[in-house]
Amino acid sequence: MTAPRVISRTGATSEELDTDYKWGFTIDIDSDLAPKGLSEDVVRLISAKKGEPEWMLEWRLKAYRYWVKLNQAEPKWANIHHPEIDFQDIYYYAAPKSKDDAPKSLDEVDPEILEAFEKLGIPLAERERLAGVAVDAVLDSVSVATTYQESLEKAGVIFCSMSEAIKNHPDLVKKYLGSVVPYADNFYASLNSAVFSDGSFAYIPKGVRCPMELMTYFRINQADSGQFERTLIIAEEGAYVSYLEGCTAPARKTHQLHAAVVELVALDDAEIKYSTLQNWFPGDKDGNGGVYNFVTKRGKAQGKNSKISWTQVETGSAITWKYPSVILQGDNSVGEFYSVALVNNYQQADTGTKMIHIGKNTKSTIVAKGISAGHGNATYRGLVKIMPSADGARNFTQCDSLLVGDQCGAHTVPYIEVRNPTAQMEHEASTSKVSDEQVFYCQQRGISMEDAHYMIINGFCRGIFQELPFEFAMEASQLLKVSLEGAVG
Amino acid sequence: MTQSAGSGGQTLLEVRGLSASVGGLEILKGVDLTVKAGEVHAIMGPNGSGKSTFANVLAGKPDYEITGGQALFEGADLLAMEPEIRSRLGVFLAFQYPLELPGVRAWQFLKAAVDAQRKQAGEEELSARAFDRMLKEKIELVDIDPDLVKRAVNEGFSGGEKKRNEILQMAVLQPKLAILDETDSGLDIDALRIVSDGVNKLRNESNAVVLVTHYQRILNYIAPDQVHVLMDGRIVRSGGPELAHELEERGYDWIKEAVDAGV
Repeated sequence: MTAPRVISRTGATSEELDTDYKWGFTIDIDSDLAPKGLSEDVVRLISAKKGEPEWMLEWRLKAYRYWVKLNQAEPKWANIHHPEIDFQDIYYYAAPKSKDDAPKSLDEVDPEILEAFEKLGIPLAERERLAGVAVDAVLDSVSVATTYQESLEKAGVIFCSMSEAIKNHPDLVKKYLGSVVPYADNFYASLNSAVFSDGSFAYIPKGVRCPMELMTYFRINQADSGQFERTLIIAEEGAYVSYLEGCTAPARKTHQLHAAVVELVALDDAEIKYSTLQNWFPGDKDGNGGVYNFVTKRGKAQGKNSKISWTQVETGSAITWKYPSVILQGDNSVGEFYSVALVNNYQQADTGTKMIHIGKNTKSTIVAKGISAGHGNATYRGLVKIMPSADGARNFTQCDSLLVGDQCGAHTVPYIEVRNPTAQMEHEASTSKVSDEQVFYCQQRGISMEDAHYMIINGFCRGIFQELPFEFAMEASQLLKVSLEGAVG
Repeated sequence: MTQSAGSGGQTLLEVRGLSASVGGLEILKGVDLTVKAGEVHAIMGPNGSGKSTFANVLAGKPDYEITGGQALFEGADLLAMEPEIRSRLGVFLAFQYPLELPGVRAWQFLKAAVDAQRKQAGEEELSARAFDRMLKEKIELVDIDPDLVKRAVNEGFSGGEKKRNEILQMAVLQPKLAILDETDSGLDIDALRIVSDGVNKLRNESNAVVLVTHYQRILNYIAPDQVHVLMDGRIVRSGGPELAHELEERGYDWIKEAVDAGV
């Protein structure tokens, strides 16, 4: 068996699309790339590149072999359409060159990279850092910097890249990795388990309230590369953490694959709040390019009185396939899902959640807002499952769709499975349009037609934005505006 | 035609031969109306006579097609302007059925409206503080529940609250020409009094009010200088306040008969 060689090339070679997507620039850095395509050798290469222990490699290989057995049988049930993905035409490993080891400090980070993140509004340099937010910056396959690590360490919080966690905290990783999303969970989760390259790891010890927001900023740069990050967050008894995630990618003509896995574990009385602003490149107005975002996110509210809350604002990606879910295992545990999904032009989104009630008196809330504009197609797909053990379980679900124009689509597919007669379920759904009368009303008060649309759409999302940390809420509102450009007027 | 004490100001609105249709159906068939600063005009008429169409056409609602005539606002071609420009220049329509804007805070909506108006006039946006101060004054002036502006625009408001909210918006935007479209409909006597008081407090020498109404009732509170009867798309009678009383007593049929008889 010949081991594949790592080849290198410059980042910015693929043609860029001319779009209004302002995060669409490429960073001109050299990358280390594994050869295109996926094989056992590539899995071994990735593991070797990262200097991983044997157990990690074994886990990856198990996942890879399982994935091969699936024989490229991607899930077909979602309401999305795309040409077949050639999984052998993707780079599974891309890392900024010249850093064999992760940089020890920011001084060692390539200035080109620092500048790029600054351009994205995520300054990493000490004096300009975001106040009160610790950031892990992930570029293509690797984490390039994590800020505020020292202050976090004082509180006992571990926040680092997944690669570092595998090296420095193997027991925690071994115990929890795959405990919420097993490698055999689904097609994309298996793929991720085999080839994941980096991601963030956070551990909040018993009784600690994390002193600042934790944030990971994901950036795809390399052309034709997939991004497969893996995030694991563990909140011990009585711990609390608020975690933010943001993502962007260059505006490339070809589609890029993003298949992440996020696992959350909350023990007794712990709370994890997970917020996402997903702004991957959505493709141009004719549907060229854009990221295929196939993501598995799941939290386990394992302990009694634990709480896991997902808030997501999904404005990017050509296709979004994602169902952040909560397994409500502990008695009295709480699961929440607040979502805004916006599709414009030819974007497609099939997104929602699963709430699996196992413990007694568990409670879940789902509020999903879908906005469809242009030729966009948005589907809410959700499952609320009450197991026989879940006495006194309660769910409230609200799904609202808003249509802008008459070429778009909105669909709602709620599944409800109740196997305990004491459960209380509530479901509300609505579909509305931004009415001409509403717009005229705003115009009659001096507000332009375009601003009227933004205002009405923002109002529609208000309940969700309130769940976001303040700065994120402002950014989310801006993102909506940018994403809707060309959809009104 | 009765001349009133309020007339003699500058001409704000001059409508000549205005015709408009909706879906191919002609509703306005040549309306003439001159409104001067300081005046209150009442436009009355039976249901379906074109009153609301007239109000909406002046405000620029897109559903209508202008088929003839013109409307000048301070000498400028009103009908050529986008609805938001008409608003910013001082034309205000109090809606018969104010729209709900779920999730849009009334405060934010009003701030955006004021800033748009100021921007048009080449002025800077108001600071949040200055706006708050101004809003508080207006809330007291028109005597409405201060909590209304913390809620979403008209969402879950009662009919009366919606109408009062329109008057608050009018107070904040201080239009030169306020067109009140059936503002009295659906109001109980107390609400009617509060709304009317608000309008009266906002009147001055340099602005004007056009009241579109089916009933004479509101004219007991807001005294008109001129009363016009709109029927089948035309103004068929104009007179002083006494015309409104006559309509109240005799209904509209006698005018229709008179018009048909060519009197």
